[in-house]
Amino acid sequence: MSQGLLNFGIKPGSRTGLRPVWEEPPTRAGLATKGVTLTLVCLAVLFPVWVVVVTSLSSVKTITETGGLVVIPRGVTFVHYQELLGGGQVARATLVSVGVTVVGTLFSMVVSVLCAYGLSRPGSVLHRPILLLIVATMFFGAGLIPTYLVVQGLGLTDTYLSLILPSALNVFNILVLRAFFMGTAQELIESARIDGAGDLLILWRIVMPLSRAVIAVITLFYAVGYWSAWFNASIYLSDPGMMPLQNVMQQLVIKQQKPTGLAQAINTGHLSPLAIQMAVMVLALLPVAVLSPFVQRHFKQGMLTGAVKG
Amino acid sequence: MAQSTTHARDTTERAPTGPVEAAPPAKKAPARVPLRHRLRRDRALLLMVLPALLLLLVFNYVPLIGNVVAFQDYDPYIADNAFQAMTQSPWIGIEHFRHMADDRLFWQAVRNTLAIFAIQLTLFFPLPIALALFINSFVRPRVRAVAQAILYLPHFFSWVLVITVFQQMFGGAGLVAQVLRDHGHEGFDLMTDPGLFKFLVTFEMVWKDAGWGVIVFLAALAAVSPDLYEASAMDGANRWRRMWHIQLPALRPVVALLLVLQVGNALTVGFEQILLQRTAVGPTASEVLDTYVWNTGLDNGNFGYGAAIGIVKGVFGLLMVLGANKAAHLMGEQGVYKR
Repeated sequence: MSQGLLNFGIKPGSRTGLRPVWEEPPTRAGLATKGVTLTLVCLAVLFPVWVVVVTSLSSVKTITETGGLVVIPRGVTFVHYQELLGGGQVARATLVSVGVTVVGTLFSMVVSVLCAYGLSRPGSVLHRPILLLIVATMFFGAGLIPTYLVVQGLGLTDTYLSLILPSALNVFNILVLRAFFMGTAQELIESARIDGAGDLLILWRIVMPLSRAVIAVITLFYAVGYWSAWFNASIYLSDPGMMPLQNVMQQLVIKQQKPTGLAQAINTGHLSPLAIQMAVMVLALLPVAVLSPFVQRHFKQGMLTGAVKG
Repeated sequence: MAQSTTHARDTTERAPTGPVEAAPPAKKAPARVPLRHRLRRDRALLLMVLPALLLLLVFNYVPLIGNVVAFQDYDPYIADNAFQAMTQSPWIGIEHFRHMADDRLFWQAVRNTLAIFAIQLTLFFPLPIALALFINSFVRPRVRAVAQAILYLPHFFSWVLVITVFQQMFGGAGLVAQVLRDHGHEGFDLMTDPGLFKFLVTFEMVWKDAGWGVIVFLAALAAVSPDLYEASAMDGANRWRRMWHIQLPALRPVVALLLVLQVGNALTVGFEQILLQRTAVGPTASEVLDTYVWNTGLDNGNFGYGAAIGIVKGVFGLLMVLGANKAAHLMGEQGVYKR
């Protein structure tokens, strides 16, 4: 960080301080090519998102003038968001998605952390065969049809539980957590045990605080999983009123339907159907776009632990 | 309750050795503790694993048994409950599997699946490696961090979102068509073109996940000792030589691992992604094994036949992982599991 500040206002050549002395200094043309390439790659990712956000914030007038998608923001308005979140299909679906994500993530994390810790103590009874049973599920899936039949047989169809329970656990996530927990200093755990702490207390007061980074990453992974899920809802739910945001977005944008309750406003030209679609997309991407950068610096650590031990 | 367990663990481990023996064989001590005592000692840990185990049993292992419908003329309406229907449906042996051999649509799905896998392997797989080498060549931490933050982002977007973004860019009413029309050209629609569908699917995957795939390779590159670069530079190796002789070999184990995993998933090419776009381009171009299972089993209600295709797919997938792993071992790499 301080490197950047120290070099402020000094010629580009002196930035080679970041390179080892033996390395040949980069040529001007090489640097320029690399810079342009990186910028283009990043733009390829950001530009579509930019267009979606700007169009969702544009007024009907701006959209008619540009003849469709808006690239340069003019006359920013929140009218489409107000209409969407004021009640009706999209507002309901957003609530469902938030609810399923919060409850599901909490449930997944509790079960995963407990399981990972339970398997992380060296020499504990039965932990090898149990681990094998868990890892084995990574290599074969039972298949779509029998899973559907089991969920149906348990009476979970048309309940929100069908959006949570069948996909509540990700074995890879459990293995990453376990690998991380095993790295906790044994001395700390032993001293807590001598002080009379039980396993649950050790997990809560010692292991979990020391594993904050990996817990943040795995929480994000689970949360994104629940937030992005649409398939379970599409096969297990039949009531359109129960559908989460992703399914409603699919109907509105991919199938080009009009949101219930707003058709009138769209037909009279009060609202733009395009901006409505874009606003729903922004609602869907907002939480992940806002949250993931905070957890980003921990990704590498989390992925590596999993790759090595898993 | 938890306290008594931990005390028990300490005492039972020490009990069999006792103070009489001069040098107790510390390593062997736990094996001498009777299973009953060890179960008692670790019951808190076992209780912690229990919820996860139950979930996996119900949603991963019980469905394995549920695969019996592949050998039945399964009728969901025979009883109110799927489990009862399973016990009451008549057995028909391998009828479904025999049907598969002369099912034209099934073979079309197989062809599409393998074609999409081949395209993804050639056009998608090398990209994260190249991207990682590229990002790694930037020395300034700020530049690397920002680039990574931007490139990781689409990985967290749902497939519905990615496809809707693509539709707005390349669809019939999308930005590209809009710009073309403004300049007096014919509009175009990439999203409904069956001929380009397999490339479209790969393109979407590149946009969503190429940046994310970089992480593992960047980590492998970070583990390379700087001494190696310096030594080879002393020997006169330039930038490209160092990449060829140091960085690429450093990536070899990761590449082998990911290849094995990829081959194991060859029959699973973007189920959700393709299912979402199936109606836009029609099944001839887009039907893959997973969507065919979904279509025959859930959409048309032919559960037994759908499950049979699922089994065939699962068995071949497992064989391919084992085969690919074997191949990795023969090439001197570690693969997914050892030996």
